[in-house]
Amino acid sequence: MSRTPAECGEALGRLRAAAAALGRAVRFMEVCGTHTVSAFRCGLHSVMPENVTLLSGPGCPVCVTAQGEIDLLIDLALRGDVTLCTYGDMMRVTGSSGSLEKARGRGADVRVVYSPMDALALAAARPDRQVVFAAVGFETTAPGTAITVLEARRRGIGNFSVLASHKLVMPAMLALLESGRINVQGFLCPGHVSVITGSEVYRPIVERYGLPCVVAGFEPLQMALGLALLAEMVRDGRPALENVYRQAVSADGNRRAQQVLREVFEPADTTWRGLGTVPASALVLREEFAPFDARRRFHLLQRHVPEPPGCRCGEVIMGVCTPAQCRLFATVCNPTNPVGPCMVSSEGTCQAWFKYRRTTEAQAAQERGGIAAMETGGTRRAPGSARDGV
Amino acid sequence: MVLRTDNTVSAAGATGAAGSGGRIMLAHGGGGQLTDSLIAQTILPRLGNDVLRDLLDAAIMEGGSERLALTIDGYVVQPWRFPGGDIGRLAVSGTVNDLAVCGARPVGLALGMIVCEGFAVGDLDGILRSVAETAAEAGVSVVTGDTKVVGRDQGDGIYLTTAGVGVVRRGLRLHPDQVRPGDVLIINGPIAEHGLAVMLARQMPDMSIAVRSDVSPLSRMIERVLEAVPDDVVFMRDPTRGGLAGAAADLAARSGLRVVLEETAIPVSRAARHAAEMLGIDVLDVANEGKVLIVARPGAAERVLAVLREDRYGAGAAVIGRVEEARDGICELRTLLGGRRIVQKPYGEQLPRIC
Repeated sequence: MSRTPAECGEALGRLRAAAAALGRAVRFMEVCGTHTVSAFRCGLHSVMPENVTLLSGPGCPVCVTAQGEIDLLIDLALRGDVTLCTYGDMMRVTGSSGSLEKARGRGADVRVVYSPMDALALAAARPDRQVVFAAVGFETTAPGTAITVLEARRRGIGNFSVLASHKLVMPAMLALLESGRINVQGFLCPGHVSVITGSEVYRPIVERYGLPCVVAGFEPLQMALGLALLAEMVRDGRPALENVYRQAVSADGNRRAQQVLREVFEPADTTWRGLGTVPASALVLREEFAPFDARRRFHLLQRHVPEPPGCRCGEVIMGVCTPAQCRLFATVCNPTNPVGPCMVSSEGTCQAWFKYRRTTEAQAAQERGGIAAMETGGTRRAPGSARDGV
Repeated sequence: MVLRTDNTVSAAGATGAAGSGGRIMLAHGGGGQLTDSLIAQTILPRLGNDVLRDLLDAAIMEGGSERLALTIDGYVVQPWRFPGGDIGRLAVSGTVNDLAVCGARPVGLALGMIVCEGFAVGDLDGILRSVAETAAEAGVSVVTGDTKVVGRDQGDGIYLTTAGVGVVRRGLRLHPDQVRPGDVLIINGPIAEHGLAVMLARQMPDMSIAVRSDVSPLSRMIERVLEAVPDDVVFMRDPTRGGLAGAAADLAARSGLRVVLEETAIPVSRAARHAAEMLGIDVLDVANEGKVLIVARPGAAERVLAVLREDRYGAGAAVIGRVEEARDGICELRTLLGGRRIVQKPYGEQLPRIC
């Protein structure tokens, strides 16, 4: 894929032309943590037309993992007989008492792995330990978990289990739309997730809600092109489903991965941080895989943990408020001491804002003022507002 | 160098960072914001003095008619052998480079070894050969040392510590307070290769990816730059842990000026870019062990580039940014989209993404 500035400039030109023709403010939403980070890393927000806003929806799997689930992981990790394996992003997520990173500092056996197969290999090598894999992520990572569970069963590795917290993107997008709380005119659909699901899953958003959807990859060019298409479709009043990431995403997705998911998991209702309970949005292990289910093996009961007071991560995930509008942002909440989930993960909206957009705490306060003015009908771009980036 | 605890991998320091719950976490050794807070809140209150508080790569002290530079670094890299080098080459290069970026010619190294019971003597010999070769390349010798052996359960393989003494070039004062608007930032080649090579060797040993560590001693190359433009180099850093992001953000913060990096000008190999994308990390945040970030007066840029490009470690040298007027201490990246974003020092341990 090309990274040339010329092609990016061309895509941005199309976006600007469509935005100018629109003559009103439009808001698009991406629902993918990688899009969130990529947009900030390439400074996309700073070159977008003034009347186009890109919001980050519930696209960071770490951010939407309920606090009660983090607590379960920490409790498990602190058991003397358990080795807890996790993707790196989960290390710093705070439950009601600390994080896995801090639990490791207190002596818990926590390992960062890149694949659930690494956790299975560890279980095979250490039959004296209970090895638990913290299975987090959307459709992207769930097939890897499923294949590992099948492999564990095939090899009869009895000391391996998974604590599955997998979630599905599409039910969350529909729940957002059903809630009536969000105000967006189109979706930039995730790249990695769509490799598995295929682009057709987003069709109901176009047909039922009349909103354009574009599946895009993560290169600056892909994202710019995706936004240009969205703006053009809004301008023309012709919402459709487009795919600019055809080199990786097909209409039907990866059927083999879908079949493995169906074999190992079944859908269940689950709590999303910020969204509440979303029907059929989780993947839980089917009954026949109960021996590999850490919840059943260790008789885990998830507690309901209220969100931290003052934290607006839920609204940030819904796209109804920006990080800078939260009073905690950059005052008491920062990546070293995260209060809410969006500040914890490197793909969280708040951390991305903090890392790439915030300048000083004084400016963060100014941004809060500027955005408040903007939201109450003030000018769209107050001096020093968040849209100015740096 | 002063008060760094490790290179790219795992390390420990002391306690004290906000919210740490009174225990050391791996991220405290990552060379990022948590390491800074550990130094500020725990180490400096006990040990702080005028020299230490400068927190330069090496301490500069008066020694009779000369100014001496003193530095020390611990090396705990795992695996101890990685594509492009090993812990021996790293231990010499890291210390030599810390002296060189302070404008000092290395005159002697001290080597401390902590070896775990069971370590193969043949492997130890290989590491020492690597130490000797790298030191010879840098024109310095190991003049004193120490060897300890610990039980199998007390450590993992081998840890090295190298201290180095150097003589600072006469009349030279490299310091962030010398930096002025208009100065240019130059790097001697493609970034992020050491950190990626080690991360891949550790996490995905079966993956064949053509990223090799850049670990190398830069003292001779840097000396030639200083000979060529003795008055026009104002500051240098070796962007090790914390990567180019850490070094550039530090430069902005300590000079109080705006530092602007141009994304399209920063050399990154195709293999390193792919590896970083796969791991979900930013090449700017990744450690280098054979790179020097040179801040020079604009008129000297071409001369510096020419000298660097004559050297085997400087073939890919490029001007990658500049210092601007704004007195906000911020480092900014101009992206290939033409956008802008802030560059901050990484937080701590580099954690791969999950999707």
